[in-house]
Amino acid sequence: MKMIACPIQGLRPVSEFFYWGEVLDSPDPDTCTDQEWADYVFNRNGVAGIKKEWWCHIPSNTWFVAERNTVTDQMVRTYFYGEDGRC
Amino acid sequence: MPWRLMRFALSREHPEGRMFRTYADLKDSYDVVIIGAGGHGLAAAYYLARDHGITNVCVLEKGYIGGGNTGRNTTIVRSNYITPEGVRFYDASIKLWEDLSEDFDLNLFYSRRGHYTLAHTDSALRTMRWRAEVNKHYGVESELVGPEFIQRELPMMDMSCGGHAPVLGALYHAPGAIARHDAVAWGYGRGADRRGVEIHQKTEVTGISVNSGKVHGVQTSRGFIHTEKILCAVAGSTPRLLSMVDLQSPIYIHPLQAMVSEPTKPWLNPIIVSGSLHVYISQSARGELVLGASLDPYELHSTRSTLDFTEGLSAHILELFPFLSHVKIVRQWAGMADMTPDFAPIMGKTPVEGFYLDAGWGTWGFKATPVAGKTMAHTVASDSIHPLITKFSLERFRSYALTGEKSAASVGH
Ligand SMILES: Cc1cc2nc3c(=O)[nH]c(=O)nc-3n(C[C@H](O)[C@H](O)[C@H](O)COP(=O)(O)OP(=O)(O)OC[C@H]3O[C@@H](n4cnc5c(N)ncnc54)[C@H](O)[C@@H]3O)c2cc1C
Repeated sequence: MKMIACPIQGLRPVSEFFYWGEVLDSPDPDTCTDQEWADYVFNRNGVAGIKKEWWCHIPSNTWFVAERNTVTDQMVRTYFYGEDGRC
Repeated sequence: MPWRLMRFALSREHPEGRMFRTYADLKDSYDVVIIGAGGHGLAAAYYLARDHGITNVCVLEKGYIGGGNTGRNTTIVRSNYITPEGVRFYDASIKLWEDLSEDFDLNLFYSRRGHYTLAHTDSALRTMRWRAEVNKHYGVESELVGPEFIQRELPMMDMSCGGHAPVLGALYHAPGAIARHDAVAWGYGRGADRRGVEIHQKTEVTGISVNSGKVHGVQTSRGFIHTEKILCAVAGSTPRLLSMVDLQSPIYIHPLQAMVSEPTKPWLNPIIVSGSLHVYISQSARGELVLGASLDPYELHSTRSTLDFTEGLSAHILELFPFLSHVKIVRQWAGMADMTPDFAPIMGKTPVEGFYLDAGWGTWGFKATPVAGKTMAHTVASDSIHPLITKFSLERFRSYALTGEKSAASVGH
């Protein structure tokens, strides 16, 4: 089975994880237009590549960010939100 | 094989004709360029030529015809959806399916089997009742049936599912059918070819040229073609094609896997789906059991298959049919499903003039092949959206006008 590196639990089988899509920056709902909000809520970058995604290790409820190649399914790295200095 | 048939097969006098012609070169320009020779692209080409007299058309396919999801699906055809727009649309497709073998003069093995969606919980039962009522309202044969009916029709099924998920009832849909998927691509391909459409395999679209908001041509692996109309019907590659014309969409790609068993004698006539167990099963004309489940849980642009899938699916199928424990699995595979948030397609015109979209077919688009071809051909030929597909526009995600097909499309495909 495919293994994923949880930042706390280490390598665990993929069946213990939950995927929650690409990390997206939310526009400010008080100031953005309806179009900007619709774009945030519905539109996705569906093109293949290395993406930053939300994953959760379910038994320990550990949410973290994974950079993953969506063609080869290889995890490039995993870390907590904010720890890469960018997000 | 009888000797007479053998002689016929070896005869030079009666060679079996090719399904479509091959061309050494692409022309400089076409009235319409269709990207993707899956069932949808080929059906649109067929109806453009047959119903609208537009024959200066080419269909470009990066691989071989029917090699995408058309040749990978589990071929369930049904119209028991939950939204009025969905039911009307898929019902129009079934009406086309019923005459298609005759239209093509090619046996599609279209086989009406009856389709059960099992309910194991009260809430599932409520959804089935809702679907049955919407279906009946639009003249589609669907009804809620109880455990006695199901047990009588399917005596070989364990109604208790090993004691932990008893079947409480089902949505029974008599028109549910299966068909031979490759033949659908070949039939549409041959019909389009005979009317003058060019099919070019091993020809990949690598770019699209747009001038002041209008389509101008396509760049391919074999050179540039001028055209003012493009129909994009590439299923799992849709986001990549949309990025060539700078369009945003909610489409996301997850693999959908399936598998078949070794052939057994005919014992299962209808198609059985269980949303709660996440499985479905039917028996093909060859006797193989065709088995499927729900979507892979995360984005992936690949057709790899996994052992987890085979294990999980087999375990649930054995809950319904324990006697299958000795039957072997002989093949498994995957396709890339172009999913939408509301489980309905994205069809019609786009903000780029001359760029028409037929996408968002996810796990449910095989049954729509005829009607999608027909309504897209109308839309491309007349530059006006066919009335059956107005609710499926890309625009709905800007105007918050989503459809709600999830409960009728997520496992049953
Ligand atoms: C395992 C599985 C089971 C399914 N079961 C069912 C079912 O039971 N019932 C049902 O109704 N639906 C089912 N579906 C969904 C159904 O298969 C699809 O929605 C449908 O076949 C899509 O047809 P299409 O012609 O749009 O796409 P495809 O058949 O995928 O054709 C698209 C074509 O575009 C080509 N292409 C891509 N990019 C380019 C490019 N740049 N240039 C040129 N060509 C390109 C591809 O090579 C491909 O041949 C299932 C899908 C899968 C994967």
